[in-house]
Amino acid sequence: MNEALQIDWGGLAPLIIVFAAAFGGLLVEAAVPKAVRLYVQVGLAVAALAAAFVTVTVLLLGDKQTTAFSIEGTAIGSVVLDGPGLFLQATIAILAIVAVLLLAERRTTRGGDFVAEAAVVADSAADIQQRRSDGATEIFPLTLFAVGGMMMFVTAGDLLTMFVALEMLSLPLYLLCGLAKRRRLISQEAALKYFLLGAFASAFYVYGMAMLYGFAGTVDLAGINQAGISSGQPRLFLYIGVAMLAVALLFKAGAVPFHMWTPDVYTGAPTPVTALMAACVKVAAFGGLLRVFNVGLASSAWDWHLILTVIAVATMLGGAIFAVTQRNIKRLLAYSSIANAGYLLVGVIALGEAVGQTMFYLAAYGFTVIAAFAVVSLVRDGDEEATHLSRWAGLGKNSPGTAVVVTILMLALAGLPFTSGFAAKFSLFAAALQADELGLVIVGVVSSAILAFPYLRVVVLLWLNEPAPDAPTVNLPSPMAGTVVAAGVVATLFLGLFPGYLLDIVDQASIFLNT
Amino acid sequence: MNELPLLSALVAVPLIGAVAVASIKRERAAAARWTALGFSGAVALIAALVAIGFDYSAGAPWLQFTESYAWIPNWDLSLSWGVDGIALLLVALTAGLTPIAMLAAWRDLDSVQRSVPTFFALILALEAAMLATFLASNVLLFYFFFEAMLVPMYFLIGSYGTGPRRQYAAVKFFLYSLLGGLFMLVAVIALWVHNGGVFDWQTLVEAEPMAAGSLQNWLFLGFFLAFAIKAPFFPFHTWLPDAGGAAPAAVAALLVGVMDKIGTFAILRYCIPLFPDATQTFAPWVIGMSVIGVLYAAFVAIGQTDLKRLVAYTSIAHFGFIGIGIFAFTQASATGAVLYMFNHGLATGLLFIIVGFLALRRGSSQIADYGGAAKTLPLLAGIFLFAGLASLSLPGTAPFISEFLVLFGIFTENTIVAVLATLGIILAAAYVLWMYQRTMQGDRNPALDEVPAMKRDLTVREKALVAPLVIAILGFGLYPQPLIDAVQPAVDNTLVFITGEPADAPAAEGVTNE
Repeated sequence: MNEALQIDWGGLAPLIIVFAAAFGGLLVEAAVPKAVRLYVQVGLAVAALAAAFVTVTVLLLGDKQTTAFSIEGTAIGSVVLDGPGLFLQATIAILAIVAVLLLAERRTTRGGDFVAEAAVVADSAADIQQRRSDGATEIFPLTLFAVGGMMMFVTAGDLLTMFVALEMLSLPLYLLCGLAKRRRLISQEAALKYFLLGAFASAFYVYGMAMLYGFAGTVDLAGINQAGISSGQPRLFLYIGVAMLAVALLFKAGAVPFHMWTPDVYTGAPTPVTALMAACVKVAAFGGLLRVFNVGLASSAWDWHLILTVIAVATMLGGAIFAVTQRNIKRLLAYSSIANAGYLLVGVIALGEAVGQTMFYLAAYGFTVIAAFAVVSLVRDGDEEATHLSRWAGLGKNSPGTAVVVTILMLALAGLPFTSGFAAKFSLFAAALQADELGLVIVGVVSSAILAFPYLRVVVLLWLNEPAPDAPTVNLPSPMAGTVVAAGVVATLFLGLFPGYLLDIVDQASIFLNT
Repeated sequence: MNELPLLSALVAVPLIGAVAVASIKRERAAAARWTALGFSGAVALIAALVAIGFDYSAGAPWLQFTESYAWIPNWDLSLSWGVDGIALLLVALTAGLTPIAMLAAWRDLDSVQRSVPTFFALILALEAAMLATFLASNVLLFYFFFEAMLVPMYFLIGSYGTGPRRQYAAVKFFLYSLLGGLFMLVAVIALWVHNGGVFDWQTLVEAEPMAAGSLQNWLFLGFFLAFAIKAPFFPFHTWLPDAGGAAPAAVAALLVGVMDKIGTFAILRYCIPLFPDATQTFAPWVIGMSVIGVLYAAFVAIGQTDLKRLVAYTSIAHFGFIGIGIFAFTQASATGAVLYMFNHGLATGLLFIIVGFLALRRGSSQIADYGGAAKTLPLLAGIFLFAGLASLSLPGTAPFISEFLVLFGIFTENTIVAVLATLGIILAAAYVLWMYQRTMQGDRNPALDEVPAMKRDLTVREKALVAPLVIAILGFGLYPQPLIDAVQPAVDNTLVFITGEPADAPAAEGVTNE
């Protein structure tokens, strides 16, 4: 190791804590007796994430603007600790705490929502056997690895680090998707589909990185930006590179036309994992997109602006229109997450003007969607989740509390005033207008109006329809899932009524460090 | 001027009431009713205090009783309230009509398995939101309540409405309004971006007017579309017959009587002062739409077979008159339009409530299910005729003066429009009298005798709640001067943005009926 290499250990602390806890979790699997393993794992994961959150918050409020590594005062941009990076790390950490609590919920299904071994042939004797036993507790270290990857992804300052982080966050997720205890086949299909398409996306990423390296002579984002102005290489390399890189990142973000996996994976994966993906992975993916386009490709904005606009329009309208026809709550939320990816893309396209607002949107949406999936996991037909919407009819009669929660969440997703959904859309669209993206804002509004219809239909079902005689029960959640729902709803209302606090923070934290 | 935060109280009291009533147990229906009535009575009292303390002189400040509390400084969103003469009238209408509507719906839920506390809590929430839109002096604050009011109304129609199509009607109402609201949101954001982050209405009005041009036109259209759907003007009206037909009659009285006025009120409060040039540019189109609305809705009303839908269509015709009055930009017509909003609320509110009485007795609001009903219900029939005549603007009732002023004002500007609109009056006479004749007179429908309720004339409660409306309609019909005095300064202040100079000729001065 180079002696002059200086490492900012304090700045790296959050990542180190999360990864250390992940490895610690593996040791727990080996060393701790099965009876208490769950509690140890959950405690470890929550403690690590909370510690990471606190550390990041301290760094964020201290206005840290630096790179983690430097040689004799010259910054190396592999891990960049700047406002957006730290804010998104904090968002991921706190959303991950909520998601971990949901993963740990065991009252709804005996032994939890997970099986011990994903690879057992579905519906075989061994499979039926393992459905009766407790689920794997490896899910917690796996989640920690994924979350660590996400936190690294949003601070990665060069394409190589970003790629490592991308794989780090993806691989555990592929596995987690396949672990659902119910509907094993669909779960395994989801895992395979996500893995295959994800592997393709990674390949695209690597090719894109190679092209950009050919163009710029560096994988450093700031260097690529510089090259966008001054490089003598054929610009074709840049185009191909940007296109391929964008394919990979937009795949993770779930933008049309790279969204095909979203509904299937969201439906097939265990609902707590879906919640993790819809909230945290979305934050990470858009964190990466924001950084790549703001830091690395701002100088070539003219070249990619049109195509990204087309994708944003397609994503906003496609997600909303497909959502209208959905009859399954998980698929509905999946398509709504696609449409929301479209709104977020507007923030990416608006570049510097909208960075803070995009981050606000990510945080607000994350809490709402995580609570929504938590509720989905509580409404049950016997042992299975009642995901078909017709089963939700008349829920307001039998379980008014749950129905009120769902109503608040749906109105928030529809963007009605007094909810975080309105605050998020308002500030994002305002920022986009400031960046002269009137067309995109109008499409966004039209898409919101279309999307309001399916949300409203859920509310209609809850309150205005008569319940079926064999209506699903709402499992009284243990403190775990109860906390998740409460946290989501409180955040949704708080950010709707008093968005000022968070808006001030994102305003402070919206400047990327261009090393 | 006044130390008490009366306007905040006007919004807060019904809101607190909504929460209080909602938390009452379902079994204790009577407690819920009386608590709700108590809260809405308190609101009416506060509104009366505001009306007493209001400075009616011409030199008074435009907005009075102003209050302001910071809320979200990042967006210049503050809880800013203020009331002018126009808003004062509509606040009084809201505060007065809500307890009456509650009384009218007192027994509506006896025969259905629906939660009574929730129903009254929703009405209080609706009242709070409606009052807040009239009182807000911050554009974003107005937008918040403009949208938020959809939620209680949606549940009132969808959950407590009548008929098989109530869910369809509720969803249609919600989506129409939401679509309009979202286009307004784009315009709101664009306005905010354009003027450097200001939402405070007074600051915006006092600032340098916006340059005429395409930006102003688009902003105007964004706002206007939302208001035109809310009002509703032809051709954005199709949700109203469905919603009005499906809503419980008392809720329909609030929907058509008060909520729809928010659209026309907002045109005066926001479109004209903020986008004066665009308002003038589009005025001929709006007047054209309004004239079509007057005639078309009147024709359609004649053909209706359902009483509630019929009344809803008559209202669309009346909103056409309001549209003509506003966009003629004369002092007389604009004053008339504002009075029209108020008087129409009284007359149509009464009409809807009476129709509700009938429908509750008969179990149907189909015209064909009646016929000769006046024989056993003489008093109810009499009030029904009175409400109908008021709604066709018979001289001596309050709506007459407003319709007269509108037509008088437009006549000097555009004779053809005035003549066409006058045709609307004739059609109004046709649909009102026909409706009365088909339901109350003629051969008695034998089926009516099998319904015992059809022999029960107005109860004491019903008499008590229609009496104030009848008195108000007659009183303001014979002596409208207080209303004119109240709105004149605000109308003048608004029209300055169009005419460029303070209006002089006090056209409406001294115009009294009889």
